[in-house]
Amino acid sequence: MSGGEAIGLCYPWVPSLGVTLSFYLDGLSLLFALLICGIGALVLIYSSGYLKGHRHLGRFYAFILLFMASMLGTVLADNLLTLFVFWELTSFSSYLLIGFEHGREASRKAALQALLVTGAGGLALLAGFLMLGRIGGSLELSVLLGQGELIRAHLLYLPVLILVLAGAFTKSAQFPFHFWLPSAMEAPTPVSAYLHSATMVKAGVYLLARLSPVLGGTEAWHCLLTVTGGITMLTGAVLAVVQTDLKRILAYSTVSALGTLTLLLGLGTTQAVKAAAVYLLVHALYKGALFLIAGAVDHATGTRNVAELGGLGRAMPIVAAAAALAALSMAGLPPLLGFIAKELVYEAKLQAPQAAWLIAAAGVLANILAVALAAMVSLGPFFGTKKQTLSEPHEVAPTIWLGPVVLAGLGLLMGLFPALLDRPLIAPLVSAVRAEPTVVELALWHGVNPVLLLSLCTVLAGVAVYAGRPGLYRAAGRCRTLAGWGPASWYDLALAGMLRSAQLQTRILQSGYLRYYLMTVLGAAFLLVFYTLVAKSGFRGMTGGAEALFHEWVIAVMILVAALFAVSARSRLASVAALGVVGYGVALVYILFGAPDLAMTQFCVETLSIILFVLVLYRLPRFTTLSGGRARSRDILVALANGGIMTTLVLTATSEPVQSRIGRFFAQNALVQAHGHNVVNVILVDFRGLDTLGEITVLAVASLGVYMLLKGRAGKEDK
Amino acid sequence: MIRSLILSIAVRILLPLLLLFSLFLLLRGHNEPGGGFVGGLVAASGFALYALAHGASTAQLKMHIEPHTLVAVGLLTAVGSGLFSLVTGRPFMTGLWYGQRLPVIGKAGTPLLFDTGVFLVVMGMALLIVFSLMEE
Repeated sequence: MSGGEAIGLCYPWVPSLGVTLSFYLDGLSLLFALLICGIGALVLIYSSGYLKGHRHLGRFYAFILLFMASMLGTVLADNLLTLFVFWELTSFSSYLLIGFEHGREASRKAALQALLVTGAGGLALLAGFLMLGRIGGSLELSVLLGQGELIRAHLLYLPVLILVLAGAFTKSAQFPFHFWLPSAMEAPTPVSAYLHSATMVKAGVYLLARLSPVLGGTEAWHCLLTVTGGITMLTGAVLAVVQTDLKRILAYSTVSALGTLTLLLGLGTTQAVKAAAVYLLVHALYKGALFLIAGAVDHATGTRNVAELGGLGRAMPIVAAAAALAALSMAGLPPLLGFIAKELVYEAKLQAPQAAWLIAAAGVLANILAVALAAMVSLGPFFGTKKQTLSEPHEVAPTIWLGPVVLAGLGLLMGLFPALLDRPLIAPLVSAVRAEPTVVELALWHGVNPVLLLSLCTVLAGVAVYAGRPGLYRAAGRCRTLAGWGPASWYDLALAGMLRSAQLQTRILQSGYLRYYLMTVLGAAFLLVFYTLVAKSGFRGMTGGAEALFHEWVIAVMILVAALFAVSARSRLASVAALGVVGYGVALVYILFGAPDLAMTQFCVETLSIILFVLVLYRLPRFTTLSGGRARSRDILVALANGGIMTTLVLTATSEPVQSRIGRFFAQNALVQAHGHNVVNVILVDFRGLDTLGEITVLAVASLGVYMLLKGRAGKEDK
Repeated sequence: MIRSLILSIAVRILLPLLLLFSLFLLLRGHNEPGGGFVGGLVAASGFALYALAHGASTAQLKMHIEPHTLVAVGLLTAVGSGLFSLVTGRPFMTGLWYGQRLPVIGKAGTPLLFDTGVFLVVMGMALLIVFSLMEE
């Protein structure tokens, strides 16, 4: 793997659609897979302590393991559609996990918000994938990776790019879709640490990195990614500083980090990809640790408000040590891995092909705020004067401190010995994203250079910002009204608009009166048949003369008279009986023209439906004419139009000799293949058995519906 | 419920006859006019007639099985009949036939089982609606 080779694995899944269950492991997937499995294991251990005694612990494990499997599938999938299925599964399991405490309304709302935002992006992504597959001629990533030039030169390149980016940006909480991530903090803390900082939100980044040999390197790619990434980076950092809840601080700073990653991938230079790779790893390590620590603090003290926390270090020394290490890594101080990552990021930004100074300045600003944030989440709660909290702080169980300690310790270890990292993990990743073999050498000390000076300034400015926090909170209080106009309110507006339009449709279409439903159905049928007749074949009258035998005339006249009687009768019972006569007449026609099966069924159906009618009519009040002349003439019009169009349809259909091969096939094969003489029945139970299965399923469901309606009504009357 | 001596006596003879006839229709369906759908309707009309004469609850007792159970069993039978071919490695719902002719039934195979499923669903569905309308 470190040599840059890739492993593939393939099972057919839906061969007719070109969907295979194929997997592809290269340097890029490897780092993600290691993060998912490693942090996943630690988070599972952590959950066993954090959620100890929770009544739905089993359910929690099921959800989080479901997520773990889907996330692994996402980063290992080779087929685009397989990737999409796993991608959606991660959104789905994230929905279940955010809404885990489903008794709280905020949880449910946040879960739905995350699902809708990422789901909408997922739909765009699916469209993008399908277009990509059409252009590249294959849905396999391993094939598409070699066809970058063809795809970038294609006319549909820009739409594909925008659709794919929509999917990646919603998933990775890029501006203006970033608002779902802080809301998702309603989830239990292990979920926030795992899904919403270390892995799931990085799926978008993974996708960008994965597709950068295919879609990357163009002006549009460069522009969209750097601008979006830059805005997200700054928005996240600024919003994070004014928060007081530990988890929300971390959430917004995650948004900022995701913006940085997108920005780096947008730059697209080898230097930038290298920086992104290291930054991705270090962020997962320190942010995962800090989230778990925030959970531990919440667990021990009962609050997550930074204003109420202080001096916990004495009571919780192990957690405090882990927090200090993770925060140092976040602030980018030596000798931690965060320092190496930050140096690389600065270097990449300074070497950006365009607007390097602007990008670097934005990066410095974001990093200054990151330093202040690191101080806020570690220095504030764990050091300084002790504050009174709800419950007396105590050291947490080993299951809880194990995760943070391991993650923070890894940050230190890899910072001291970057050689553990560069050749086995980072180099294959950069090679995979840049699609060319690349050598990566990481070192802690680069000597005194502009980047180091920049780092120094960053740290000093960050400390200054931390010291000036009270002023920031005051400023934030004044800007609160501005937040009401943010993207979160756009989401609320869109959701409310959708519900209103649904209500409007319901008011118009679902009147609750059977006559309007019938009229809608008949009207729609009339228009569709009319259009098809006019557009496809034109009206054709009777071709042959009306040659009919005497008894056929008798039946026809009988049907007509019965129908006229049915519409003019003054009593419902008479009307229903007349309808029965019409039905029996039609059955007689079936017999005369050689369809005994149909006739038999028709007789039975008519008989039973008359029984049903009688049972219903029995309960109705006396028949009176309520509708006025206008309503009646409208009904007559609808009825005549439908009758007329059906007659025309039948006459048109029979005016041409039937040229169907399928009829002959059934007649010839019924006995040979299906061992039956009755062709109709053989079609029903054998050749078209699946259709029949569908029909009886509909029957079963419909009958249950009727049953429930009647029972429900009876229940109401009882009350 | 209709209080008529003629009807209640006639139903006693008609019900078994109709049920027998419905089975006859089901079994001959593969070669002659008939089949599960019409068979189910005939069986349902037999019990509907009984219900008209003696009331829905009596008819329900006479049936010994609830209509919605019939629907469920029928649907399961129909789906199950299609699963046999999966075991032999052929696509879902491929017809399988037993080689010899059996007494009474004639040729037996999964399509007949499927038709039995249709029979049960149709019968259960019709009776479910008739009974729940009458019971109210």
